[in-house]
Amino acid sequence: MTKKILYRGAEAEIRLSEYMGKTVVLKQRVKKAYRIKEIDRHLIAYRTKEEAKLIAEARSYGVSVPLLYDVDLTKGAITMEYLAGSRVKDILNGLEESERKRICFKIGESIARLHNHDIIHGDITTSNMIFLHDRIHLIDFGLGCKNSELEAKGVDLHVLMEAFESTHSKYAHCFDYVIEGYSKKFQGDSSAVVKKIEEIVRRGRYR
Amino acid sequence: MFGETLDVGIGNCLDKFGREIDLGFPCGPKIEDLAKKGTQYLGLPYSIKGMDLAFSGLLTAAENYVRHGKRIEDVCYSLQETTFAMLTEVTERAMAHTEKQEVLLGGGVASNTRLRDMVQTMARDRGAHFFVPSKDVCVDNGAMIAWLGFLMYESGLRMSLDESLINQRFRTDMVEVTWRD
Ligand SMILES: Nc1ncnc2c1ncn2[C@@H]1O[C@H](COP(=O)(O)OP(=O)(O)O)[C@@H](O)[C@H]1O
Ligand SMILES: [Mg+2]
Repeated sequence: MTKKILYRGAEAEIRLSEYMGKTVVLKQRVKKAYRIKEIDRHLIAYRTKEEAKLIAEARSYGVSVPLLYDVDLTKGAITMEYLAGSRVKDILNGLEESERKRICFKIGESIARLHNHDIIHGDITTSNMIFLHDRIHLIDFGLGCKNSELEAKGVDLHVLMEAFESTHSKYAHCFDYVIEGYSKKFQGDSSAVVKKIEEIVRRGRYR
Repeated sequence: MFGETLDVGIGNCLDKFGREIDLGFPCGPKIEDLAKKGTQYLGLPYSIKGMDLAFSGLLTAAENYVRHGKRIEDVCYSLQETTFAMLTEVTERAMAHTEKQEVLLGGGVASNTRLRDMVQTMARDRGAHFFVPSKDVCVDNGAMIAWLGFLMYESGLRMSLDESLINQRFRTDMVEVTWRD
């Protein structure tokens, strides 16, 4: 049974639904009339599959993500656990600085756990994080992939840096706390990742 | 600022492709004309990272199609469909993220009818308003530069003709904004 739309994002409709007596989230990727059907079909099926695969894999590495209940590739639909928390985007600016710091540190730790296993999220913004039970849950893995290159990790964090600069511009310095948390949990050379981010910023400016 | 390219810009990407296959200058309109005669979509890498875009992998793949004898019309069609779908998607993501209901297309490639159609369709489906300058002022970023000049003038900035020059290295995020707080 399908209920009303909770959220209409850029590529998906999020509905609250029911699955075996539980309230769940149904994420349905929608057709886009602006693109040809070859691209549309491919993107919807591919991203639904990648998202489900990466969420399952992230969970196996101890990253907080929603539980998966069902995946339908032809419909482009994923049924998953409803995380009844707050989007980090909505709460971050209103927090005490010490709490903001603590949350950002946790964000960095979560990303490091993904990167330790070469999982690239692909769209790490504060809209794609839900704070619940004192944990950062990551959602929306549709643009993710597996990639062991330093560049991919740098680009992944650069996306978050840009999100901080635009959505949390007063607290852009909090990205440093993210990096602190990241450096603590990342098993590789985190200073190389930081250098990579700086290089990506420089490249942007002189293109 | 949202949605930057991580390697080459879209205009540059189309120009590079055009040069590679000897289309002659300006490449954009020639690619657009050829694309209209395309009938088969050839798969190309679709590369979006968050709100940012990457075109260089796709450019190489398109050039390889030409080298391997695929119909040039089909390659141009596929190149346009893929790159413009990426641009439109990133625009839509930025609109959703910032909760905006208006979109204004600018830049040289904004003179491309297919891109205009795609962004317009996206805006319509979101219930948003779509704006684009007429084609003749899109070329060489004309409308964008003129509008910037207007804002600068309005905010009291003056410069002599000698100081007004072309700086290829000048980037959008280097503009000193004095007309907003
Ligand atoms: N499992 C979930 N539990 C609670 N809210 C969710 C869940 N999944 C998505 N949402 C809400 O829906 C929004 C959009 O979902 P998301 O997966 O990020 O789709 P999109 O690709 O459109 O951004 C999220 O920002 C969040 O507010
Ligand atoms: Mg999202």
